[in-house]
Amino acid sequence: MTSTEGGRGLLMVSPPLIYALALLAVPLGAILLFSFWTQDFMAVDTTFTLNNYREIAEKPIYWALLKRSLFVAGCVTVVTVILAFPVAYFVSFHVRADRKSLWLFLITIPFWTSYLIRVFLWKVILGYNGVVNTGLINIGLIEEPLTFILYNVNAVIITLAHAFAPFAILPIFVALEKIDRSLLEAAQDLGESRAMTFFRVTLPLAMPGVVAAVLIVFIPTIGDYVTPELMGGAGGKLIANMIQTQFLALNNAPLGAALAIVAMVSVSAISLAFVLLNRRWLKGRS
Amino acid sequence: MSLRVYTIIYLIFLYAPIALLPIFAFNDATIIAFPLSGGTTKWFAEMWTTKALHTAVQNSLFIAVMTSLLSTLLGICAARAGAMYRFPMKAGIMGFIMLPLVLPEIIVAVSLLIVVVQILDLGLSNWTIIAAHVLICTPFSIAILNGAFQNLDPSMEEAAMDLGESRFSAFRLVTLPLVMPGIIASMLIAFTISLDEFIIAFFLSGSSPTMPVYIWGLLRFPQSLPVVMALGTILVALSIILLSIAEILRRRGMARAGVTDKGGFL
Repeated sequence: MTSTEGGRGLLMVSPPLIYALALLAVPLGAILLFSFWTQDFMAVDTTFTLNNYREIAEKPIYWALLKRSLFVAGCVTVVTVILAFPVAYFVSFHVRADRKSLWLFLITIPFWTSYLIRVFLWKVILGYNGVVNTGLINIGLIEEPLTFILYNVNAVIITLAHAFAPFAILPIFVALEKIDRSLLEAAQDLGESRAMTFFRVTLPLAMPGVVAAVLIVFIPTIGDYVTPELMGGAGGKLIANMIQTQFLALNNAPLGAALAIVAMVSVSAISLAFVLLNRRWLKGRS
Repeated sequence: MSLRVYTIIYLIFLYAPIALLPIFAFNDATIIAFPLSGGTTKWFAEMWTTKALHTAVQNSLFIAVMTSLLSTLLGICAARAGAMYRFPMKAGIMGFIMLPLVLPEIIVAVSLLIVVVQILDLGLSNWTIIAAHVLICTPFSIAILNGAFQNLDPSMEEAAMDLGESRFSAFRLVTLPLVMPGIIASMLIAFTISLDEFIIAFFLSGSSPTMPVYIWGLLRFPQSLPVVMALGTILVALSIILLSIAEILRRRGMARAGVTDKGGFL
């Protein structure tokens, strides 16, 4: 077994693989199994049933939370990726080669600093006596503090868009770096304007990076409960808050498990549809 | 030119929250809002007398050190296998190991909670958090170590083995020194991620909280917020120092491996 290259490779990769199987595959299987069981006071009733899923389908609160979560994740993704693209483009096309990693380092630093405290500071920025309101009042643009920027869905979107910014910039940057610069020159030599070159050459070639950015922002956003808890107020809670409540406060792990499965399946389905549509779009152009 | 201006504005947006931290940490008022009311260092002093905070910091440091060691060890195996060998189902296996990078953290948290508490019937402790943190940090370790392992010439180890070294000592004497900067960078990044991680730690911590879980508890009490700001200032400074060291080492490692830096380790 260890004498062939394939065997040695498998042996080498086996510790992280076994770890991931034991702590990822098995728990994911367990959570799926649990979602078909029910909580019976302190004990878990292990007869197979679809009751949890029926309850989720029938009670409007779950459906509303899921819809809101997907809407917020979608908004965050669109905002993050659109704001990030010019930054990635600037670093890839306009920064000197030996300065690129310094710029990327500057962009990633805020991402590594305490997430909880960063979210809390957005409260300070957007709050009633916050930086934005006192600033705008001082320069005379508004007389009353703005209230639509804290404790609602807007605040959640702003904060999450900030938290996921580097996640969107890096994959787009990598895709832009791979573009053969002579292709752009060729397009312009053949008479395309700069704007048309961008839309017909650069953007389609950068698409894999954009797709990766969309997925890497959209999928984890669903799992965040810190930002909605701190920034969302009563009307800004998301599905992850409900999962957390079911597990920790209401002690109903099976229903929480079913909610987690429903959230994960919806996110995966939307992501998959997005990837397929994008592939068709790119194929249709070539 | 306008792109440069846009990028700089974007950077200001990225740094705005962090820039406020030290301002409020040294501000002599319990309320975290403008206008400021004068300088003080009493919030930092208060940190040294809070016993609960010290326990939380100890827990977090222990978890972060163990996580950085274990995830780097697993990362070395995966990065070496990925860079030096072809084996069956390679893309699938590597993709699966990298999966925690995109998986929502709450899914990792609740699925491990079910296994530990409901199925294995074990108690929660620092070790349950370590187990989960190793899972989410390993993909980051692999991403960093890939840069160090990728362009390593396998014939160098083969040469050492031809000259009579065993496979392991060939790795230890030839490859290890070349990838050492990458290994340290990976440990620093894993340490930083683990130290700061809240979502998973909140579900899996036992009776004694980690630092982020402790901070989460403080956020509900307005009078303890200035201390949180002071603590945050120290944490941010620490992260920036660790990350700068990691970045310098990562670049040095790539230079040793003969790779031109494409920037960023993600």
